Amino acid sequence: MTTQQTPAPSDAQRTAPPGPRHHGRRVLMKGNEAMAEAAIRAGCDAYFGYPITPQAELLEWMARRMPEEGRPFVQAESELGAINMALGAAATGARVLVSSSSPGISLMAEAMSYMAASEVPVVLINVMRGGPGLGSIGPSQSDYFQATKGHGHGDYRVPVLAPSSISEAMALTADAFELAERYRTPVMILTDGILGQAMEPVELTFREPPRVPAEWALTGAAGRPPRVVRSLHLKPEDLEAHNRHLQAKFAAIADREVRHDGESLDDADLVIVAYGTAARVARTAIARAREAGLRAGLFRPITLWPFPSDALRDLAGRVRGLLVVELSAGQMVEDVRLAVEGRVPVAFTGRTGGMVPAPREVVAALRHLWATTAEQPRETTR
Amino acid sequence: MSVAIPEGARVVFGRPELLVDRTSSYCPGCGHGVVHRLIAEVLGDLGLGPRTIAVAPVGCAVFAYDYLGLDFVEAPHGRAPAVATGIRRVRPDAFVLTYQGDGDLAAIGTGEIVHAAARGELLTAVFVNNGIFGMTGGQMAPTTLLGQRTTSTPRGREATFHGYPIPMTEMLAVLPGVAYAARGSVADAASIGRTKQYLRRACEVQLEGRGFAIVEVISNCPVGWGMTPLESIERLKEVVALEYRPGVIVDRTREPAVSGAPGGAIPADGTATAAAER
Repeated sequence: MTTQQTPAPSDAQRTAPPGPRHHGRRVLMKGNEAMAEAAIRAGCDAYFGYPITPQAELLEWMARRMPEEGRPFVQAESELGAINMALGAAATGARVLVSSSSPGISLMAEAMSYMAASEVPVVLINVMRGGPGLGSIGPSQSDYFQATKGHGHGDYRVPVLAPSSISEAMALTADAFELAERYRTPVMILTDGILGQAMEPVELTFREPPRVPAEWALTGAAGRPPRVVRSLHLKPEDLEAHNRHLQAKFAAIADREVRHDGESLDDADLVIVAYGTAARVARTAIARAREAGLRAGLFRPITLWPFPSDALRDLAGRVRGLLVVELSAGQMVEDVRLAVEGRVPVAFTGRTGGMVPAPREVVAALRHLWATTAEQPRETTR
Repeated sequence: MSVAIPEGARVVFGRPELLVDRTSSYCPGCGHGVVHRLIAEVLGDLGLGPRTIAVAPVGCAVFAYDYLGLDFVEAPHGRAPAVATGIRRVRPDAFVLTYQGDGDLAAIGTGEIVHAAARGELLTAVFVNNGIFGMTGGQMAPTTLLGQRTTSTPRGREATFHGYPIPMTEMLAVLPGVAYAARGSVADAASIGRTKQYLRRACEVQLEGRGFAIVEVISNCPVGWGMTPLESIERLKEVVALEYRPGVIVDRTREPAVSGAPGGAIPADGTATAAAER
């Protein structure tokens, strides 16, 4: 019935897990595996997943490591199964991780809405691949709309963290659990096939965030009144009151949790706005542009929701133009345009389907932006 | 509500402690109330109330958490067995109960119930089968009988057009992970008594760490069936019970207990430490 079979060896099994002695050392790690190990070291109590490329190494790492730690791992029957197992486990106060890639995230959208509504903290990693539909297994950023504007039905928001290196992905994994529990909300880590499958040297620094007492969690009604984790509020006035509570929470997150990074911005005439893998391409393009005498800089949102609109708006008054670079047909560019409110020209360049823009394409887009914009009068109020 | 007991009298029938004293939202004559009461009695008899984490479905019985004094989580439609799996795995000390109707379990939730059963999850699943989508107004369910008129089969269910009814519990019973599967009924006092025995056994099976346990309860939906409560009970006995026959469908608990069952056997003394409390 539950015979233990010896699993076929995989990359995950051939690579020894970094033990405690490795803390602080630099090792070569695949992004998917690094995020998985970071989650384990962050105190992840349970992992539920379903195989999908380019995320499968994360599941395989968990399949080996979680039982070693005496913690639950379940390969679910579907992404629906995985995310709902996560919902159940997290409803008891456990620290839970789920991961998938784009088509699987679409299936998880239903439960994301339920978890946002019933305030169940779960961390979900999306290792994005090309879409729409079955798409490709190449890297993509075409789930930005899905991640930041919705997934499922109803009025809700979910914090979205976008790492652009494997080290950052590890740090954000621990941060994601902390945010999830502090605000009782699902949190998404939005990464892509390159960050998931590439290997790069990482500093093995782990962090286990302190646990927030879950005085709402289901533990069995022993010596206290029964608790219910629910999203149904049939009376319109009850649901509106609940929605006001949720919106106040989202406003607090938007107020306190915005994160972004900047590089070479002080003297920049043109600024590239990019996150994740696109930001890495942008960094190379910026160096080449500067060699050619074009002063370019990088603005990198780390939280995609809440979006760093205020910081971008400030920047807009100081530069000649913004170039948004994405591995999509142009999604985040809409938030950039909303943020700058026409203060500065906003151009876009991107590739789709698993294609990644080459630095020379980005440099060409910078040159075009330079050629089609006038010098921006610098705001003197600063 | 407490009633003064006259001297010399003794209580032979009362409200089970776990059944909340509240006006129900179920329609007059509906079988859900009977099933709720049986669950409250069985969990009370076994002393499981304080250990139970229950999963509510989507449909009429979503309100189970208003009537049973238990910790509850609400699952999306059909997903209760997956939600319960998550609870089971991180809370080895909990008693985990799912409650689903036939629209929930046999239509949108077929994947989740089949795989929870196949994994032999230590869960007790209560499956109330009234052959209809009740809450949405009485549409055809996978369990709707051939010839039965519903709002989405206005001329009756036809095999060639709508397919055949699904005997879910018999289907699940072939899976080795299913330790116990039975079908009860709420048609009369005798069948309600037997249903209580099945429910009790399905709870014990979880406590013994034997594997997945399910009790289907065939029930009536007077409003959805367009009948008076008494007419609906007659139909339950004379028509439904002939297609979905009550009785024990499989009992693998006479075999040696499964070692290393998913989630692990529940220690009788409840000493296991939940992952969440590490």
